[in-house]
Amino acid sequence: MIDIAVVDYGMGNLRSVSKALEHVAPDKRVVVTSNPADIAVAERVVFPGQGAMPDCVRELDARGLRQAVISAAADKPFLGICIGLQLLFDHSEEGNAAGLGILPGNVKRFADADMVDANGARLKVPHMGWNEVYQSRPHPIWNDIADGERFYYVHSYYVVPEDADIEVGYSNYPKRFTSCIARDNIFAVQFHPEKSQHAGLKLLSNFVAWDGRP
Amino acid sequence: MSLAKRIIPCLDVTDGRVVKGVNFLELRDAGDPVEIAKRYDDQGADELTFLDITASSDNRGLILNIIEQVASQVFIPLTVGGGVREVDDVRRLLNAGADKVSINTSAVTNPQLVADAAGRFGSQCIVVAIDAKQVGDHWEVFTHGGRKATGLDAVEWAKKMVELGAGELLVTSMDRDGTKIGFNLPLNRAISDAVSVPIIASGGVGNLLHLVEGVQEGGADAVLAASIFHYGEFTVRQAKEYMRDHGIEVRL
Repeated sequence: MIDIAVVDYGMGNLRSVSKALEHVAPDKRVVVTSNPADIAVAERVVFPGQGAMPDCVRELDARGLRQAVISAAADKPFLGICIGLQLLFDHSEEGNAAGLGILPGNVKRFADADMVDANGARLKVPHMGWNEVYQSRPHPIWNDIADGERFYYVHSYYVVPEDADIEVGYSNYPKRFTSCIARDNIFAVQFHPEKSQHAGLKLLSNFVAWDGRP
Repeated sequence: MSLAKRIIPCLDVTDGRVVKGVNFLELRDAGDPVEIAKRYDDQGADELTFLDITASSDNRGLILNIIEQVASQVFIPLTVGGGVREVDDVRRLLNAGADKVSINTSAVTNPQLVADAAGRFGSQCIVVAIDAKQVGDHWEVFTHGGRKATGLDAVEWAKKMVELGAGELLVTSMDRDGTKIGFNLPLNRAISDAVSVPIIASGGVGNLLHLVEGVQEGGADAVLAASIFHYGEFTVRQAKEYMRDHGIEVRL
C-alpha cells in the first residue's frame, strides 16, 4: 500500500518534498516513484517539479508517466507544486511548450515592463522569496492557515487559468497573479510548501488529511 | 504588501563545526551546525547558507551528513557552497537535502560548470558566489577564499554568470568580510543594477543598520550575516523587527 506517491520524472530535487511529507505524516508510506503502477495504486499523489517546463514535459513522457498523472488528477487527492502546477495547463510561454491540458489556460512569464515596485525600484526575476498568499475562497487545504500568510516562491512564470473560478489563492508581484488553483480533487500551488516552514508544513498536513472534495 | 527581503544567517563549517574568521583568517569556534541551524529557523531565518571551508579533502563528506540532518528538521531553503568542482558535487549536495548550491572558485576556473549545473538542475538552485575586492576604480573578482586575484571585473563577471544560468548571486566584499563596518554598498548596487536576478549582499555586517543599508542603498534582495547572530549579539527576529521599523518588508 502506498499512501502518498511523489511523482519523480527526473526534474529537480524531490528529497525536500518527501522529507516534509514524512515529517507531517510519520505514519504514512511516502514513495518517490517513476513507476506508473505506484501512482495508480497510491491513495494520493504529489506532483512537484523544477526547471524548465519543456524539459519537464519531455522527461515525463520519456518515463511514460503522462497518462498516470492525468489519471491521478482525475480521481484522487492531487497536489501540484511549482512546475507541477504549471504542467496542468494547456500551454506555456517557456519554450512554447504544450502542457498536460488538464486545466484550460496558459503559463506566462513576468513581463519585464511590469517589474517595478511602488517606489520605482526594479523587481527581480525570478520571483524568489517569501510572499503573502491571499485566499480567493475557502478550501479544506487552507484550514488553520492565515489569509495573507507568507510562503516561499522561486519562479519566473505564472499560470493564467481560463476559468477564473479555479483560483483559490493569489500573490502580488507587483501585479496580482494566480498562485493556487483548486478544482474537484486537484489542489496546486506555485510556491514551495516543503520549504515554507510552519505554514508550508500545515498545508502539507492538510493535504494528507484531505478527502479530495472541495 | 508583497515580496519580503530575506535575512540569511551564514554558517561557515569546517571539520563539522561552525567557525567564523576575520577577513577569512583567525577562525573562532561558534558551535554545532545542526543546533545553530535549528536555532536560526526558530528565530525566523528566511533561508540558511552553509559554506564548507574544510581545507582537507578527508573531512569533506561531513558536510553531506550535516545537511542531511538539518534538512530533515528545518523546512526552509538551504544553500550549500564550498569545494563544488563538478556537476556531480552539485548532485550530491542536492541529494543530501540542499535546495541551492553555491559555486565560487570553480565558476572562474570552469565557467561551463555553471551552465552545465543550471542546465541539469535548473537555474533556481544555482547560486554563483562572487568574492570581490576594490582594485583602483573598479572591483575585481578573487578566488580561493580571497587569496587569488583573477583580473576579472566583478560587474562584468556577474552579468556573464547570469547569462550562463546563475539564478542568484551571492556578492561578498572581501575587504569587508568579518570587519563589522558594513557592506560595500557601491559594489552591491553596481551588481544589483547590472543583472535581473536576486542579489544576496554579504561581508562586513556589524550592526542592524548595516542590514537596512544593504537593502535600501545596496539594492540587495537578501542580506547574509554570520557573526552578529553566532555570538548572540542579535537574534534574527530582532534584525527583522529593526528592518521592518525602517520601512523594509520582512517575514515576521
